[in-house]
Amino acid sequence: MKTVHLTILLAVAATMGAAQEKITGAGATFPAPIYQKWFADFHKAHSDVEINYQSIGSGAGIQQLISGTVDFGASDVPMTDDQISKIKVHTLHFPTVMGAVVPTYNIQGAPDGLKFSGDTLAGIFMGNIKKWNDPALAKDNPGVKLPAEDIVVVHRSDASGTSFVWTDFLAKVSPEWKMKVGAAAAVSWPVGLGGRGNEGVSGTVKQTPNSIGYIELFYARQNKMPFGAVKNMAGNFVKASLEAVSEAAAGAAKNMPADFRVSITNAPGKGAYPISSFTWLLIPSQIPDAKKSAAIKSFLQWMLADGQKECSALDYAPLPKEVVAKETKQIAEVK
Amino acid sequence: MATATAVQAQKRKTTIHASDRVARVVVLIFAATVLMIAVILVFELWNGSAGSRHKMGWSFLTSSNWNPVTEQFGALPFIYGTIVTSILALLISVPLSLGAAIFLSELAPAGISNPLTFLVELLAAIPSVIYGLLAIFTLVPLVRSYIGPFLKATLGFLPFFQGPSYGVGYLTAGMILAIMIFPFIISVSRESLLAVPREQREAALALGATKWESTWQVVVPYAKLGITGSVFLALARALGETMAVTMVIGNDPAIHTSLLAPGAAIAAVIANEFSEATGPVYPAALVELGLVLFCLTIVMNGMARLMIIATTRKGSKRA
Repeated sequence: MKTVHLTILLAVAATMGAAQEKITGAGATFPAPIYQKWFADFHKAHSDVEINYQSIGSGAGIQQLISGTVDFGASDVPMTDDQISKIKVHTLHFPTVMGAVVPTYNIQGAPDGLKFSGDTLAGIFMGNIKKWNDPALAKDNPGVKLPAEDIVVVHRSDASGTSFVWTDFLAKVSPEWKMKVGAAAAVSWPVGLGGRGNEGVSGTVKQTPNSIGYIELFYARQNKMPFGAVKNMAGNFVKASLEAVSEAAAGAAKNMPADFRVSITNAPGKGAYPISSFTWLLIPSQIPDAKKSAAIKSFLQWMLADGQKECSALDYAPLPKEVVAKETKQIAEVK
Repeated sequence: MATATAVQAQKRKTTIHASDRVARVVVLIFAATVLMIAVILVFELWNGSAGSRHKMGWSFLTSSNWNPVTEQFGALPFIYGTIVTSILALLISVPLSLGAAIFLSELAPAGISNPLTFLVELLAAIPSVIYGLLAIFTLVPLVRSYIGPFLKATLGFLPFFQGPSYGVGYLTAGMILAIMIFPFIISVSRESLLAVPREQREAALALGATKWESTWQVVVPYAKLGITGSVFLALARALGETMAVTMVIGNDPAIHTSLLAPGAAIAAVIANEFSEATGPVYPAALVELGLVLFCLTIVMNGMARLMIIATTRKGSKRA
């Protein structure tokens, strides 16, 4: 009995001896799958660091960072100057991966890769273009027979970074959209049904004939849904792919601001996909706990080197080399 | 000797009183705690919505414009959606549930009644997300392809059944709410009906009433209090139901007369938008929505009770 007690005590002491550095983060749902994989793999490589991530949404993640309940945040939407000013310590933005938002549809007999220009998409989502056989759609898709049915628009009912990227693109290509609706994580949609989450929108589009919605590329691929090609700034209709997204980021990398807070929708480049976006990790520039600060810096370095290699397996586009180089320099600013 | 017994009797009297007193105080504390929680809830709702109340004033209840970007918040479409779906749920559910309760208490043999009641009470234990999934996968296609077109074909002249049938909308939300409130009405009504004394039934039958006349004209009115209590319970559940409604109501923040059109409900909007609401006014507006729902529940329950009082008074006047 005494030996049993002794062994239990020793085991407990041993586990307590291995001092685990616990880091907590919260934020965007879009990159959650790759973040969970990264944190697990990083823990395997550095067993004394444990990073816990809660995917509660970009806005909620920023709120938690402002109130100081988490060590870092994650967001598809860059923080505004107003939000940054609310935190005493300056917050650094680290782009991690890129994603794309695609228009998905459910039309009997229509081919995959239907072409949409920015104006057409804005018109559909504003309710100006009401039927699938509208001349604007026919102009983008010569030779394709589209039915004379009402378009059922599906949008997000909850606030999300995906909505921000979509509305940001529409605001850039349509002055009418910018004036009437604007770009934000939650807007007042002129028409359409609301679905909850990417899953809700995919489900509603799949079930409702003659509908169109917007979802992350990851969801379209996983659910094998047809999605359209969108006209980019150079005038080409590009279907979203990892290469097209990387090209959009590389195109924007040349004029990237030093703090990485940039929207890469409607990016220049021949084959650039126009509805692409970075997603960022929001790291405070001063972390009082020295061990935590070292752990976070070591994770960021790992993420920019090994982490990027794991992206494409999960349908995320890795960062272009120029951005990685700039970010590696920014790691030094984390104290 | 007399004084000893007198003292003993005195001691016994005080011990009885003391335990009574203790019990009374304990139970009073419990009741006061429940009341206090309700008061704190209202206080927090009032406090948390201050930013939005000062900005929007009464236009919060009259405006239909819900725009987080320009920080304009009008909750009328949500109030309309909540009321419409709850009333629809009651209209569908009350006759069916009452009929089921009457069957289970009066007409069914015990061998059928008991297992069926158990199954009905199990319905109440199913999480509302499961009801939502059930609605999405079975109800929505059913309404879109069969029920919607059928209603449009037969009752299409009414403004309630016009417009395209998406499958999601007020009707589907009302239907799934009706399914969710069955167990509340059925189990409580059944208990009330079973509690009616045998003499009432036997007296009616002795006066020459048929079984149905005795049930409908004697037993059910006697159990009216319990039945209406169950309907209030069901109404409260329907007004506050979140997940199942948000999955099938279509989430369109506008007022539509047609029951086949998509709409929005208060609880659904709060669930959808709260986690990402930022800024000084937006979260306060959502808390104000919670306050509105609270007041709505009180108002609708109050109106229902007034209606019951009115009909009961009429009944007793006739007698």
